[in-house]
Amino acid sequence: MLVFAIRRLLQAIPILLGVSLVVFGLVHIVPGNPIDMLMPPEASPEVIAQMKAAFGFDKPLYVQYLLWLLRALHGDFGVSVFNASPVWGQLITALGNTFILAVFAAMLGFSMGILCGMIAALYHGRWPDKLFSAIATTGVSLPHYWCAIVLVLAFAVLNDYLPAQGMGDDSLPLYDRLQYLVLPVVTLSLIPMGVLGRLVRATVLEIIGQDFVGALAAKGLTRWPVIRHICKNAAPPVLALMGLQFGYLLGGSILVETVFNWPGSGNLLNLAIFRRDIPVLQATILVLATFFVVLNLLVDIAQAAIDPRMRR
Amino acid sequence: MSHATMDEFATRALPDAAELTAAPAPGYWKSVGQRLSRDPVTIFVTLVLLCILFITLGAPLVATSDPYTGSVLMRLKPIGTPGHWLGTDETGRDLWTRLCYGGRLSLLAAVLPVSISLVVGGFLGIVAGYTGGIVGTLIMRTMDVFYAFPSILLAIAICGMLGNGLTNSILALAVVFIPPMVRVSETVTTQARHLDFVEAARASGTTTMQIIRYHVLANVLGPIMVYATSLISVSIILSAGLSFLGLGVTPPQAEWGLMLNSLRQAIYVQPYVAALPGLMIFITSMCFNLMSDGFRSAMDVRLSK
Repeated sequence: MLVFAIRRLLQAIPILLGVSLVVFGLVHIVPGNPIDMLMPPEASPEVIAQMKAAFGFDKPLYVQYLLWLLRALHGDFGVSVFNASPVWGQLITALGNTFILAVFAAMLGFSMGILCGMIAALYHGRWPDKLFSAIATTGVSLPHYWCAIVLVLAFAVLNDYLPAQGMGDDSLPLYDRLQYLVLPVVTLSLIPMGVLGRLVRATVLEIIGQDFVGALAAKGLTRWPVIRHICKNAAPPVLALMGLQFGYLLGGSILVETVFNWPGSGNLLNLAIFRRDIPVLQATILVLATFFVVLNLLVDIAQAAIDPRMRR
Repeated sequence: MSHATMDEFATRALPDAAELTAAPAPGYWKSVGQRLSRDPVTIFVTLVLLCILFITLGAPLVATSDPYTGSVLMRLKPIGTPGHWLGTDETGRDLWTRLCYGGRLSLLAAVLPVSISLVVGGFLGIVAGYTGGIVGTLIMRTMDVFYAFPSILLAIAICGMLGNGLTNSILALAVVFIPPMVRVSETVTTQARHLDFVEAARASGTTTMQIIRYHVLANVLGPIMVYATSLISVSIILSAGLSFLGLGVTPPQAEWGLMLNSLRQAIYVQPYVAALPGLMIFITSMCFNLMSDGFRSAMDVRLSK
């Protein structure tokens, strides 16, 4: 088990290096120096040269990459080109806000998905199954940014039940601040619910069809112990998907954050793109992608811990 | 996110090794057609998609006014206004007309990235799966790096750096779709390469090109075509999402995601009108999803009774 964990850990290193190369390279797929694009056309050559030196854009590309990577490993992502504040501080606040959304959305989406998937599989072919399959298909084809708008429409515009913008003031009592979470969390939870529900349904159906389930029932086990055995066998693939989905919630909430003006990492990324704020942009993408890789790593190790067959 | 379903689709598109055949038996497509004709849901969604295709491609025929001329007096009219039965947008342009014309770019921006990734990803996958060795490892490990990004993050990052515009959004999405396409075709190719009849063909002197053409392609095309159809539903949501963020199609052009974004500001004035472009994205994505489900089960030999 330990050997597997170490080997898997070592495999993640080249991936992370590749990720850092892609993130760094992204900025340079457009020809021209990032500073030239930022400066007004009337800026004097000396000022431009000064700016380039200050942000390190005057060195050869590979030196820039190595310096950037070294600093990034120390948690130093430089300062924002837009407002000269340290990138790390902005990023931590934004990531924290996104994390709040992702955790609540994951709890809601995963529990609903597993519950619905289980019910659908146990009532295979009957109306709960058909109802749930319809909901799940809707869930995966829903443009979530549109769904966000529709929810705002229903609960904030036509009726004044819930707040739809931002995450509330720090001074507000906890109950009021929780209200700001409702709409974005519900929106974000729909897709994990649909995707996970479909997988749970398929996995459980496959396990029910296996001989050992019949044998358990023949041995005289009642309904609930049999379900417990089914759950144990269905756990590894479901766990893997949950890890992936949580990663998508962290890294893919940009559209929903834009609709709700939620000050998270997606919003930060969006602002960085429009301000062409390269240090912020690189740092956000790098950190989100790293999270995703680490999450996958943890899922693999957890899977291997549950099911020894996974330790290839 | 909907893009999350890409992996789910990828696994569902893969056939079991036992299912691979030398070439579809004569009458296979006939039986697929027969099964499709007995599937009311697939027929219905295909008809809906044809309708959408008709109103977008035939926009000049069905539209009631010009998509670019608005009127200050007719701004943000509700659904059911005489002369503008779906209302008007924030500059007084007829919404029905904009929806018809907007579908052209939305569909183009969704279908083209999938087609590009189908060709490039399919090719890379066959190369990686057939040659194996260093080349295969190199291709697959490179794909792993792109897999390490949540897909929407990668699309936004590429598009954000290239700058907005239709071409850039198509390029960005093509890059996002290539890795899963490579995985699907690599898996099928590797399975096909080790089948007995392929070994036999090689032993009896068939050239590599002939094996790839007759045996590998015949097996790879089915799964990756099914996968591509299901990707279109993801692609519609993502490409409209890029425009929604202001990264794809540029104003004043009509595109569903862009329309949704500009009408969002007017949600307190005309709530129902503001939701319409998104409804079109939803219906189209849903129909592609259900259609690919239908095709998959019709092409699945094991399910046919």
